[in-house]
Parts: sequence; C-alpha cells; structure tokens
Amino acid sequence: MNKFDFEVKISLKKGILDTQGMATEKVLKRMGYNINSINFGKDIKFSLESKDENSARKIAEQIAHGVLTNPVLETYELNIIKPEGEN
Amino acid sequence: MPKIKAGVIVFPGSNCDRDAGFALEKIGFDYDYIWHDFEKVLDYDFLFLPGGFSYGDYLRAGALAKFSPVMKNVEKFIENERGLVLGVCNGFQILTESGILKGALSQNEKMKFICDDVDVEIKNRKSPFTKYIEKETLEIPIAHMDGNFKIEEKDYKELKNNDQIVFEYKDNPNGSYKNIAGIMNDKKNVLGMMPHPERNAVKLLGNGDGASILLSIRRFLENE
Amino acid sequence: MNKTIGTTELAIALGLSEEEFNLIKDKLGREPNEFETYLFSAQWSEHCGYKHSKSLLKKLPVNIEDENAGYIKIDENAIVFKVESHNHPSAVEPYQGAATGIGGIVRDVLAMGARPIALLDSLRFGDLKDPISKNIFEGVVHGISGYGNSIGVPTVAGETYFNKTYSTNPLVNVMCVGIAKESELTYSKAKEHNKYFVYFGAKTGRDGIHGASFASKELSGKDDRPSVQVGDPFSEKNLIEATLEVLKIPGVLASQDMGAAGLLSSSSEMAYKGNLGFELYLDQVPIREENMKPWEMMLSESQERMLFLIEPGTEKQIKKIADKYFLEMSVIGKTTYERNMKAYFNREELCNLSLEHLVNAPNLVIKAETPNYFYVHRARKNPNITKHPKMIFSELLKHPNIASKEWVYKQYDYKVGNSTVITPGNADASVIWIKGSDKGIAMTIDGNGPMTFLNPYEGSRNIVFEAARNLVSVGATPKGVTDNMNFGNPEQLEVVWQFEQSIKGISSACRELETPVTGGNVSFYNESGDSAIYPTPVIGMVGEVKNINNIMTMDFKFPSDLVYLVGKTTINRDYLGGSLYQEIAGDFIGGEVDKVRTLFELGLHKSILKIIEENIANAVHDVSKGGIAIALAEMAIKGQKGFKGLVGENNEEFFGENQSRFIVTVPSENKEVFLQTMSKMKMEYKKIGRVLPEEYGFDCGFGKVDMEEMKKYYYDSIPNAMED
Repeated sequence: MNKFDFEVKISLKKGILDTQGMATEKVLKRMGYNINSINFGKDIKFSLESKDENSARKIAEQIAHGVLTNPVLETYELNIIKPEGEN
Repeated sequence: MPKIKAGVIVFPGSNCDRDAGFALEKIGFDYDYIWHDFEKVLDYDFLFLPGGFSYGDYLRAGALAKFSPVMKNVEKFIENERGLVLGVCNGFQILTESGILKGALSQNEKMKFICDDVDVEIKNRKSPFTKYIEKETLEIPIAHMDGNFKIEEKDYKELKNNDQIVFEYKDNPNGSYKNIAGIMNDKKNVLGMMPHPERNAVKLLGNGDGASILLSIRRFLENE
Repeated sequence: MNKTIGTTELAIALGLSEEEFNLIKDKLGREPNEFETYLFSAQWSEHCGYKHSKSLLKKLPVNIEDENAGYIKIDENAIVFKVESHNHPSAVEPYQGAATGIGGIVRDVLAMGARPIALLDSLRFGDLKDPISKNIFEGVVHGISGYGNSIGVPTVAGETYFNKTYSTNPLVNVMCVGIAKESELTYSKAKEHNKYFVYFGAKTGRDGIHGASFASKELSGKDDRPSVQVGDPFSEKNLIEATLEVLKIPGVLASQDMGAAGLLSSSSEMAYKGNLGFELYLDQVPIREENMKPWEMMLSESQERMLFLIEPGTEKQIKKIADKYFLEMSVIGKTTYERNMKAYFNREELCNLSLEHLVNAPNLVIKAETPNYFYVHRARKNPNITKHPKMIFSELLKHPNIASKEWVYKQYDYKVGNSTVITPGNADASVIWIKGSDKGIAMTIDGNGPMTFLNPYEGSRNIVFEAARNLVSVGATPKGVTDNMNFGNPEQLEVVWQFEQSIKGISSACRELETPVTGGNVSFYNESGDSAIYPTPVIGMVGEVKNINNIMTMDFKFPSDLVYLVGKTTINRDYLGGSLYQEIAGDFIGGEVDKVRTLFELGLHKSILKIIEENIANAVHDVSKGGIAIALAEMAIKGQKGFKGLVGENNEEFFGENQSRFIVTVPSENKEVFLQTMSKMKMEYKKIGRVLPEEYGFDCGFGKVDMEEMKKYYYDSIPNAMED
C-alpha cells in the first residue's frame, strides 16, 4: 500500500450567493482598497492509502464529491499533491 | 448629580443594542446609540459594545467590525482611561479581534449554537465592574455559537497573575479554556464577557442578576 | 416588441398546461411573446396563482384582505403576523431552504412597517431512525438557527413532529410576529398613478429560477442557474433596520417584499390592487450576475429585496438610508393610469399586457366528494392494546413526538430582544412583553396530520381549538389566526375534499372563537410517487395577555398542591381517533375523531382564564398528545415534583385523546375558592391527585414510576438519537 496526498479546493457554484465575499468586499472598499471581487472557498487536504495512483484517485473523487462538497451549492477541484522534487 | 452617560456602539449587524439601551435605562444610565462610522471623540463615561452578528460574523466573528471608523476612538478612550468599556458576546469578540483583550473566541466545542442560563463565579471581586456586587455567583443568559475562549498559555498566566480573569463558568457550556467567561485588559478598564447581563436586568425576564453588574459599573463611575 | 414568438412548447416546458396557454391566447387575442410567456408561467404557477385554492380560501373569516400580513390589535398596537412554508426547498437543501423561509416570512411582516419580534416554527420530518430524515431535521434546525439568530429575532415557540409520511416531503412552516403602532402601518396597495417604484435591498441574481430545458439551451449547454436560493442574514438585518427607517418617510406610499416570482409578482400585485397599471425599466435593476436576461430579472427569487412605491422627490432620502446599510436602491418604474403592464429594457418595449389577465390565474378547483377511505377508517374499532400502561407510558415519554425538544430550541436564541417572558419548554405558549406597557402577546403554532386525515373537518376544528387552549393555558385571550395548509396533489379528488373540509373546519372554529384569519399560505404537491403526506393544516395563533405580571406556566409548583382535571372529565372511548398512543403502541390510526362542543369549550376557556386571573391556580397545562398521563408527566418533570393520584383504570383513560381538557393545580389554601369558582362557572372538574416531593415518584394509577427514569427518557431521547 502506498500513501497518496490530495488537495480539494471547494468553491461556490457560479450564481450561488457568496455572502462572506460580499461583506468582506464592502469593508475592503470602504477601507480604500481598489478591490473588484473576492470569493471565499475551502481548502481541504487529506492523505489516504491505496495500491496505486489510479485507485487512489477514484477513492479521492468519491470522498470529494460525496462527502466534502455540497453538490447543490458547491463545486470542487481535486489535485494530487506530489512530494517535493517529483513531477 | 448628573447621570452617568453610556454610549452603545452599533455595528451593521449588531442586534442586542436595543436590549442594552433598555437595560441601561432601567439601571439609571443616560445613553446614546453610536453608529459604527462615528468619528468624533467619544464623550461618555461608559461604552457598551453589544452582542449580535456584526457583518454577519463573516470572515470571523468580530473580524470585520474591528475596521469600523469608531474603533479608533474606542481605542483612544481606553488608552486615555476616560471611563469603562464593556463588550458583551459579539462585543467581546470584537475586542479580542482588535487586540484590546487577549485571547480569541472560537466555535463552541459541541459545534452548535447554545441558548441557556448559566452560573458564573466572580473571580475578581474588586474590579471596577464587580466591586459593588454582593453575590459570589450570578445567573446570566448565554446565546452564542463562537464562545469557546482560547488563549496561549503564557498570556493566560499573565491574566491570572494580574487578576484579569473576572468570570468563570461553573459548568463550562462551550469548552472555554479554564472555564473563562469574562476577562479584563491590563489597565482593568475594559471587560469582555460572553454571557449577556443586559438580558437579566429586570425581574420579569429573569432573576435580575445581570442588573448587579451594570449597577456596579454605575456605582464605580459615580464614586470614582 | 420582442421579436421572438412564444410557443406552446415553451409554455409547457415552463409549467403551464396547454389549456392555460390557450386561455392566455384567448384573453390576449394573440400569442404571447417569449418574455410574456415567462411572466404568465410564473404568475400563473400554483405558488403565485393559488389556482387550486383561492376560491375555497374565500370561506375563511378574514379581517383584512390581500395584504403582506394581517394583524390584530392590542391597545394602539398592531400585532402583525403570518405563517409561510418552505417545504420543497428544505427537502433539496435543508439549511438554505429553512433559512430563506425565515427570511421571506420576516419580510412579509416587515413590509407592513412592523418590527419583527418573534419567530415560531412548525417542523415535520420522517422517522428519526432514518438517516436522511435525520439530516434534513438537523439541517433545517441549523438553518432556522443560523438565519434567525443572526437577524436578532428570537425563535420562541414551535413544534417538531416525526412520522414516516413526511420522509420525502418534510414540512417547514415558519411564522413571524411583529409590532407597530396601528396608525403607522404601511400597506401594499398602490393608490395613485405616476408614483415611482423603488427597488431596495440586495442585488438580483439567478436564484430560484428553475431552468426550463428549453431555456437552458440558450446558455453554454450547462444549466448555470442555482436550484436553491441562498439567504444572507446580514443583508436581512440591514434590510430590517433600513426598511423601518424608510417606511417612516412621509413620501413612501406602499411597500411589498419580493418573494415568490420576485419583481414580477410584487409590482403587478401592488398596481393591480389599486386598479392601476405600471411600467418597469429593467436596465435599472441592480444585478449581481453578468448578462442577465430581462425575464430572469423579473422572475428571480433572490432574497432580501423590497419594493417601495414613493412620491417622486423622495429618492434622495431613501438612497441615503440604502448607503448607510450597504443596500442597493434604484428607481425602476412607475404606476400608470392605464391598467397594463409595460416592461422596457433600454427603451425597447418587451411586453404590453392587461394586468387583469396577468394577475388572475384561472380557478382550477375541482368538485370533490367524500372518499371511501373516510368511512372505512371511521368505522374501525379501537385496537385491543394489551401492553401494560407503564410500558406505553415510557414508550410515549421517549417518543420523539413527546420527548423534550431542548435539542432543537437551545439552538435558537430565544432571548434576543429582551422581551421573552415565557421561554420554550415551560408552558403551552410563549409570551412576549410589550415593553412600555403591562401587556403581552402570547403565541403558539400547532398542527395535526393524523386527525386531519381521519376527519378533515373535525380534525381541523380541533387544531384551532388546541391552539386556543395553548394560549388560554398561559392566561391569554385568543385574538387572531394564520393558517398554513400543507396538502398533497390538488388534482386528486381526495386531496381537494380534504382541503375543502379543512378550510370549512378552520373557518367554523375561527368564527366561534372570534379569531379572524389574518392571512396564511397554501403548500400543495407535498408528495412523491404514491406517498402523500397526511393533510396537515398548521395553525398559528396569537393572543392578548392583559397583565404581564400574571402569567401561567405548566410546572408543578409545591408539594401538597391539589391536581384537578377541568373540562371533559369522562373520556369518550368511542372518539379516540388520532390518539398518538394508538399509533405507537398499536400501530393503529382509525376510529372517530373527538369533536369540540362549542359552548362547553368556550365556557371552559372562560373558567381557566378566571382561575388564572384571580390567582386561584398555580399551574395549568392543556391535555393533548399522550392524554392525561403524559400531560401530568410533563408538569411533574418540568417542576421536578412527584405526583400521586388516580387518572383512570385502562389505557384509553390514561392515554386517550379527547378535546376540551386542562390539568390545573391549586394550592390547598385555595381549594374552597376553586370549588366555588367552578360552581359559579358551571364547569365540570374532577380531582385526580396531589403534587408530591420528587423523591416520592410519579403514580397516576398504573404503579409508581421513578422520576429520574422519567427525566432520562424525556430529556435524553432526542439528543441520543442525534448523537448516533
């Protein structure tokens, strides 16, 4: 069994209201920053054991899609984290 | 003698400001509401930062409110020791986010909002906020999602040694470090607490224990 | 004019029937264009058009017509209140479905110029053992908590029920109560032409626009439209404060919140009520998404938006308030003398429709007759339940429908506002203090699926009287009602019959109680496949507390207090239909539903109010689910006192449910006064026992039960179910 590290970046689906983004943008603007937009998301990292990368990816997808994300409101990007030095 | 003048600071999203005004009036204060963009000097004896959800608690509870224009003058008020400051619930969160009080308020241990009546023990009975309170334990309502007080060990030691811990929960409802429910700054002119004394200031709404804190503040300011 | 001609295909894809589309063509004398077709599809949806209910709803005794919410008076105060449902959205996204339900009902009250001061929730889910139901339950409570607490309106009362008929169709009914001086209320009727429409609040996105397959093809092939609306309580709180300031400006003439079918329904109804027409300039609508089509702007259900009608010249003052509270403000149209709706985008005319045609969706109520199931169920005999009463007792106490709902209400801030005098769990209703006076507002929300299923007329009457009893228990006089009708598919004869009978029942009860129906809501199509929910009317009721210092709670107060059953002292065993114990212990729902005898019931209310007013009684609880044994148990548990007495000799007498019954405790020294008062009021009563110290246990006739055990069943049931 090998260890595989994954990173899931979760963001709100296009069109879903980003309440935190909106409020923070208003405050930043009032403070004088020339900000155009700001979007809040989540960054989740997890590590799992699997026999090879393909199987690991399949499991990671299941976790990302079925558990970590609310598919009604959110979308995600799943990346495998390679250890430093590898490409 | 003229009544003690209190300023209740209202941030966008504060929702316990009118509750504070009501309690203050009952206890004999004169009061004004101060909107968050007020930039003149704060000419008051007592400032009240009320509970609620300033800026929706977005980013972090109290994190956006600390950038409100009025906070500059609140800090000056504290530095120049012009009177006392009380931050309740969201007010406490704003004070820790601003660095005026040590520590931080994080999500309740059980990850749920809690509305309940709790007993708090008064740990410093000589503070300006508690000097004139007779009871040793008070029953005060809490209502919060992020009341779990966290602090670094070295800061906690400082608070303890300098008698800055004012209230501790008898039955810790949210996981706060060492049951801390309320603390002061080192100048002892600012108190931050999670429970809501203004919600128990009148017998009809509770046993009146909250009134004793506000009354003690008033007495201190009158006699000082 | 928009060049594209709407087609029957588009209309049907949007939910209109072929007949309805033909009706539209008839009325217009031409085919509607694409934009107009979208408008009709929304305005004529069941949600907005009330096609299957409006003619029946006319039977309700109202005191105010067609307003955002209705009100009753306490002195010079208008107590504004209404109930609304968000059932389907909560099944899809429980947190946001419930949160936006709160947002919507608060705005209905706010639009009248009333400050929202209390929320109540009536929730129904499937079996708690079912993980999906558990998730929906948890999400809904979080949503109400997250949104309600954030806007600073206390959630002070409610009910939560679990039954498998609600598994795929949860019911989330939320009620808001607000207060204003009657002379300062704002209405939603436009009275004059050439007044300006002002859009006020959050920006408009594509929330709540259901992607019709036809329409989706216009985009990249993907459906980008969110299927749920997302609420922003920070915007709502700002909107509350801002709106109350705006409505004080003399030049503000009318107001309406943008709810179902957003901008379309709010503007069309405002103008229509005043016999006027209007123009809209859609390029002026503040939008938060790029490239929004005009029809999307009309139909969007983005939250936290209001529509005001103002005297020209008032814009600047309103903009100032909008800026202070981080909200958008835009003049987007005006009322016209000609009774048509004209919408423009950058001067291009998109539609020219007679409002009369647009606003009046067809009446589709079908005539129904009593279905067979009614007779079949009514004829069923009481099941022979041989379980020992002690066993049934503990099953009932543990059952989520009876067990403590602390897990729910401790997540709600019920004290914000500093006015909650009776907090959740302590009495049959909540009481809010009207500060500056000695009066209070009592409020409750109640529903009953099984009884309504068995007998929609009597069952619905019973719900109204149950709500009244809840208010009377705390010492309040019932004043007004709001109804939320949760039913199945109105194209089914059975459902139509249930609905019609239910409305008749509610109407008759409200007339007898002299509590007008100030407003309400209808939710149909609560079914999936062949499983429809029990027909479930939910009644919100508001009452007047004349002396806030003299209110009543249900907890047993002192050992040696005498315990009386007041009202119907002998249970009618042939009329136990809908009793919870039969369902739990015998898996049975059937038989005759007990009926309320009006004169007796009204006399009972008077008697209870009298013994509260004159400080004769010191605890009062009305008897409902679980019967007398459970009512006594609740009083004992809350008061942490024991009980000894004799309630009956068999399961029916311990747990059976009949109408018109209260438990009352009287300190021994008041015994004589109590007996004299009952005699004077000619009210039936029966001594059933005595309050004892807690350590003596609880014994109502089937053997002693340990109080610690009872408290464990009662308090631990739901938390244990949720921890798994």
